[in-house]
Amino acid sequence: MTGFPWLTLLIILPLAGTITVFTVKETLVRLTALTVAVADLLLSLPLWWLFDPASAQMQFVESARWIPSLSINYRLGLDGISLPLVLMTTVLMPLCILISWHSVEKRIRSFMAVLLIMESAMIGVFCALDFVLFYVFWEAMLIPMYLLIGVWGGPNRLYAAIKFFLYTLAGSILLLVAILVLYFQGGHTFDIVELSQGTYGKSLQIWLFFAFFAAFAVKVPMFPFHTWLPDAHVEAPTAGSVILASVLLKMGTYGFLRFSLPMLPDASRLLTPLMVVLSIVAIIYGAYMALAQADLKKLIAYSSVSHMGFVTLGLFMFNIQGIEGAVMQMVNHGITTGGLFLCVGMIYERTHSRQIADNVGLTKPMPRYATFLVIFALSSLGLPGTNNFVGEFLVLAGTFLWSKIAAALASLGLILAAAYLLWMVQRVAFGVSSPQMLSKLRDVNLRETVILVPLVVLIFWIGLFPNPILTRMHPSVEKVIARALPPNPEHASTVEHISPTTESTTDQGAQGAPENRPR
Amino acid sequence: MTFSAADLLFILPELLVITAACLVFVLDPVLRTSDKDILVWLSLGTIAMCMGITASQINTPATIFSGLVLIDAYGAFWKLLLYFVTGLTILLSYSYLKEERLYFGEYYGFILLSLSGMMVMVSSADLLTLYLGTELMSLSLYVMAGLKRSEPRSLEASAKYFVLGAFSSGILLYGISLLYGATGSTRLPEIAAAISERSLDDPLLLFATILLAVGFGFKLAVVPFHMWTPDVYQGAPTSVTAFMAVASKAASFGAFLRVFIEGLGGLKANWSAIFLLLCLATLILGNIVALVQTNVKRMLAYSSIAHAGYALIGVVAAGRMGDSSGIASVLLYLALYTFMTFGAFAIVAMLRKGGIEGEEIEDFTGLAKRQPVVALLMLIFMVSLAGIPPTAGFIGKLYVFMSAVEAGMAWLAVVALIFAVISAYYYLRLVMVMYMREPSDLSSPTPQLVMSPTLSIVLACAVAGVVIFGVYPNPLVNFAMQAVLTLK
Repeated sequence: MTGFPWLTLLIILPLAGTITVFTVKETLVRLTALTVAVADLLLSLPLWWLFDPASAQMQFVESARWIPSLSINYRLGLDGISLPLVLMTTVLMPLCILISWHSVEKRIRSFMAVLLIMESAMIGVFCALDFVLFYVFWEAMLIPMYLLIGVWGGPNRLYAAIKFFLYTLAGSILLLVAILVLYFQGGHTFDIVELSQGTYGKSLQIWLFFAFFAAFAVKVPMFPFHTWLPDAHVEAPTAGSVILASVLLKMGTYGFLRFSLPMLPDASRLLTPLMVVLSIVAIIYGAYMALAQADLKKLIAYSSVSHMGFVTLGLFMFNIQGIEGAVMQMVNHGITTGGLFLCVGMIYERTHSRQIADNVGLTKPMPRYATFLVIFALSSLGLPGTNNFVGEFLVLAGTFLWSKIAAALASLGLILAAAYLLWMVQRVAFGVSSPQMLSKLRDVNLRETVILVPLVVLIFWIGLFPNPILTRMHPSVEKVIARALPPNPEHASTVEHISPTTESTTDQGAQGAPENRPR
Repeated sequence: MTFSAADLLFILPELLVITAACLVFVLDPVLRTSDKDILVWLSLGTIAMCMGITASQINTPATIFSGLVLIDAYGAFWKLLLYFVTGLTILLSYSYLKEERLYFGEYYGFILLSLSGMMVMVSSADLLTLYLGTELMSLSLYVMAGLKRSEPRSLEASAKYFVLGAFSSGILLYGISLLYGATGSTRLPEIAAAISERSLDDPLLLFATILLAVGFGFKLAVVPFHMWTPDVYQGAPTSVTAFMAVASKAASFGAFLRVFIEGLGGLKANWSAIFLLLCLATLILGNIVALVQTNVKRMLAYSSIAHAGYALIGVVAAGRMGDSSGIASVLLYLALYTFMTFGAFAIVAMLRKGGIEGEEIEDFTGLAKRQPVVALLMLIFMVSLAGIPPTAGFIGKLYVFMSAVEAGMAWLAVVALIFAVISAYYYLRLVMVMYMREPSDLSSPTPQLVMSPTLSIVLACAVAGVVIFGVYPNPLVNFAMQAVLTLK
């Protein structure tokens, strides 16, 4: 639309930064990487204002022929669903580089290079409008992440790295076959927008759904496929955990929303009960597991399983509240869980332990740190006024329309989240600390404050004024729903029932129902 | 049968290569040791000339020597690939032979002879011409495999290769004679014409097909005819292994496709079933056995077996579907496979620990710390072999799987991809030891890659191919498509 290749630049810039990182002096490596990441962030910010919130079309579209013999194109574009995710990525990357400032000493050049390659690939995943291009970005991330965990990780890193790698690779191979099958069924094209408008036979849809499911469910991770996550999180360096939790997991749910729902609407509707059951199991099981953890990173890892359950639950509600809540939750989880992992990373730098038992009573020695931790924890448990409340509330509202029992069960997750997070905060922030700990702990310094403050700002901004994000995603989400629910009488009535404001003006229509606005 | 002197012009590349080979043999005893580098430059120069000539022949197809030899884009595709590989092999050998203290001028002569055999293989339109080419290639390779005379493993490799190779040639010849009996000709177009008049269930034709499949199966190292591969690949000098794994495989595929498409195209239904079985067996066994290898050369041997399995998917798809994209995917796959496999073997060849080859996986321990660039190159080759984007390996797999899905065999693509995941495990194990392990024993000499200008050229070519064709495969794809069109 605009002639300026915003998205290509967003993707190329970190890649170019990778090369720069290897050419500058050793002492300047960190600064160079940070500059590149911040430049990418600054480059991405204008998109927020240039984006036309009234349109459901892809924006900033760029298109070029890539492999003409297979009609594979280099096509990029953003809609209201991918825009927040891209921005979340560019916001988090400078923070990831900052948090690794001192904690990563070995092979710093490679470390920064790997981070920047990941940034390119992650932005590419959210921008790609060609299925093969998407798959290339999707897979290109595996090796950097594998190295990130395996080279800079904790003691058990080799096992965690290969487990992560094989799980995700095994999931995504079926995706590749599904993409190829779609190519031949959908009129010899890999164009995501075109494929989303095709109609496919029901049994084919079910097959494809499971193939997509294998890739996306492993990435989310949904309940039976989640076992790689705690290992990967615990062993990964802090920056790795943040990227993993905040961005990589979102790629799975993004996949469901971008591909499964619009391309395979019949199968998605048919298999909704399965997805709902798995989501609710994940919500409750993840929360229960989190309750039992003594390791802070594991606790947050399991809480991610639980929170991502809300996202998948919301996605398969097929109503405005559910899906918008899910997208909100994707962003919120990225911010809040990213913040929590950053907090854990900071305390690990000081005490060299992630065990709750070793980090007790930090309020006294580190009052500012404790404040941040409490804010992130409260945000994570969905306190009204924070970002997670908006998302979870919308998801639950959407679920309530579909099934009251499901909503009730999912709400259990909220209660459990309050339990494990408050219990954690109670011990870590307000426990009785040992005297020798008091002396050796210093509070968060300027660099760490700079890392955490943007996230806190985002937490309250989204928590209090979710409208700008909701407005931008509204037309895109409606488009997905219109596609996923065919206009037959039964479903049409549901649509009308659940989204009475669909026809109103865009800024008002942003909330599925006015009373959902958190105040 | 007529013979026209003008036909000789068309086989100028073959003549040049053979002349150069003879020159090398003659000059070798005459030259002083210090001047023997001339042989290397002579060989490289010849190959460069042939490249030019063959490239100019792409668009001027011709049938020469009364239909014994075909000059077409299909042959040119393989020949250019073979020139490229041979050039790389010579460059690699230049450094490798010095490290190994193997001074044989004949070495380059044998490489050229073997190349000429391969060139005949890929351009022959007659089964006997093809057989001659195969033998010329194989005999040279038998000798080259045994060049490390001081080492029993090398001699064993040579002997094993010779016995099994001769055996397979016999089977191939038997298949050819049965086919001659059934159709009355050894020329592919006439065979095709005769087959179209006979019933598909003709037992004679069936036997001939099976015997040809077995004969080629040995050359392609397809399970269950792969038994020689690991031992020969491990025992032979590594530069020769690289040459065998890439060039001889490519030439065999080139000849094999021509025979089965042009000659036995009428029997598609029969042979695609045979190759489906071979393909599955190859994928399964190659990948699973590679998992437990501790020697990199052996691991790469099984990996090359497995890759032949992936290429066979395209053959099976072509048999089912009957259009050219399946065959094109095989050509593309082998061309892309060349870069990554050759690159990997080049690194193995030049990794030295105190004068001997560091060919155990353990020898790569901590390489990323000592030689980060080398480790990065090996990482790229391994990732490409595992078929992960954005590398050439992914593009190759994409095309092959695409033809499988197009032929209605999505299940085959799924099976193959499952084994691709398994293969990722053993490829990444090498990455893991390079990047994530510290050397435990500090007393033993640390393996180090011995860099040299020629090796740098080899590695640069290989990695450029893997990365550039991984991102922008169009030129290669178009060439493969064009080449396949000349196949009838």
